[in-house]
Amino acid sequence: MSELLRIDHISHTYHSLEGETPALLDVSFHVNDGEFLGIVGPSGCGKSTLLSLIAGLLTPSSGSIYINGKDIKSSGKNIGYMLQKDHLLDWRNTLRNVTLGMEIQHKLTDNSYAQINDLLNTYGLVTFKNSYPYELSGGMRQRAALIRTLLLEPDILLLDEPFSSLDYQTRLEVADDIWDIIRKEKKTAILITHDISEAISMSDRVIVLSDRPGTVKRIIDINLSISDRTPFVARSAPEFKDYFNLIWKELDHSEQKK
Amino acid sequence: MSRKNKKISSSGLNLSAAQKAFVRKHVVQQRRIRIFQIIILIGFIAFWEISTHIGIVDSFIFSSPSGVIKTMIDMSQGGELFYHIGITLLETLISFAIVNIVGIFVAVILWWNHSISKVLEPYLIVLNSLPKSALAPLFIVWLGNNMKTIIVAAVSVAIFGTIITMYSNFKAVEQDKIKLIYTLGGNKKDVLFKVVLPSNIPSMISLMKVNIGLSLVGVIIGEFLAAKSGLGYLIIYGSQVFKLSWVIMSIVILCIVATGLYKILTYFEKKYSR
Ligand SMILES: Nc1ncnc2c1ncn2[C@@H]1O[C@H](COP(=O)(O)OP(=O)(O)OP(=O)(O)O)[C@@H](O)[C@H]1O
Ligand SMILES: [Mg+2]
Repeated sequence: MSELLRIDHISHTYHSLEGETPALLDVSFHVNDGEFLGIVGPSGCGKSTLLSLIAGLLTPSSGSIYINGKDIKSSGKNIGYMLQKDHLLDWRNTLRNVTLGMEIQHKLTDNSYAQINDLLNTYGLVTFKNSYPYELSGGMRQRAALIRTLLLEPDILLLDEPFSSLDYQTRLEVADDIWDIIRKEKKTAILITHDISEAISMSDRVIVLSDRPGTVKRIIDINLSISDRTPFVARSAPEFKDYFNLIWKELDHSEQKK
Repeated sequence: MSRKNKKISSSGLNLSAAQKAFVRKHVVQQRRIRIFQIIILIGFIAFWEISTHIGIVDSFIFSSPSGVIKTMIDMSQGGELFYHIGITLLETLISFAIVNIVGIFVAVILWWNHSISKVLEPYLIVLNSLPKSALAPLFIVWLGNNMKTIIVAAVSVAIFGTIITMYSNFKAVEQDKIKLIYTLGGNKKDVLFKVVLPSNIPSMISLMKVNIGLSLVGVIIGEFLAAKSGLGYLIIYGSQVFKLSWVIMSIVILCIVATGLYKILTYFEKKYSR
């Protein structure tokens, strides 16, 4: 696997009249092409900040971010960002919601509709094409948000706690669905989560961040001895609880420091 | 943008007896309320008419329902009445359109440019709290005794409130929805047209419901002071020459006009909300 994304000694500090908040301090790691990377860390340690930096919504106070060896600003690569909530717009139906990104980027042509229909069909939303967000279940809304992101053909997908607003059972199902979609589309993904099990079950590698200002505490490769891996099946792998304990200890340590 | 209404109806096929009874009770109650409302109206008119006839109140000062109707018929025959109604309606609609278009446009500019909004904030607050009728005499001096003055007076009544309300509605749009537009590669213009304006259509319509009333108030104040036509003029002129039938008739017509305009906006509000 070749390296796709490199985070190189990134620091970021927020400034306001009340003072400055260092959110990230000297963070470095890389992501390989086609890899699924999980990031866990205590609340407020700068995880969302990290994704905003990668997406180019913020400029780092110091350090650089490269895609395929080129600076993100000039790489011309597309980065898809899925926020914590689905944020479907209430006044648009499903079809007009999933095409929002294409509309903004002026990529919506008459030919796009075949592809859009395909995706809606594959992910079980085609019959809800004309429904409004309030008529959809939490899982459907999340899938619609993912399709909205995928239609822009991102090279890297950033997922910021995408399941946190769902109840536990839906969460397991949607995690399986979304993981499957990402694998099928052969996307590289970075997943942020509070849930250690979720991180292990979905990721090839997990990065543990420290308390604020966030630094990389540990990078853990996840190797599960099961065939036909899906996030749900992964939870019953024999190594699962060892990884869980390992990550939990890393996080626990940083909590105690306070 | 219209959506299917999921209304409860009593015409469903398999409603339980309890549900039918519930619906029927509701209908009966609604009807009873309407009957009482009509009784109050008829009672009031009858009392008024009778008391002027038997001399409890002076019909010269209080006019009478029959007098009002007679005036109405007399004045509509020459088309005079419709002329006055038309003038007031025209002035109201022009002011209403100016208030909404300019108000929303200025609110967009303030939303777009944080510095401008900070600089203008104290001025807007002062102008908004000022009683606008105090300005009307000034407008007469500046603009003359004509329709321009009336429209400017009416616009001044509602415009500052519209700007302030719309601007704070624009600012209240969820921060994450704005972030969403940026994550999809959009810019500030996309934020405005894809999120800020569409999410505020309901609040614009409810503001318009307020503004139509305020425009009418402004126009009547303007006509009191600077007009030779319109319902406000009829009221002032009627009171000066002691033609109280004119005054009361104009007030009754004003009620009807105000209600009509409000209903039209309520219709649009229903159409554009789920
Ligand atoms: N716009 C901002 N201005 C000032 N400080 C900010 C801003 N955004 C975030 N912060 C601060 O920076 C720190 C990191 O924020 P961030 O949202 O990246 O954390 P997080 O790890 O995503 O937290 P959570 O797990 O709660 O989502 C927090 O302490 C937060 O208060
Ligand atoms: Mg966060």
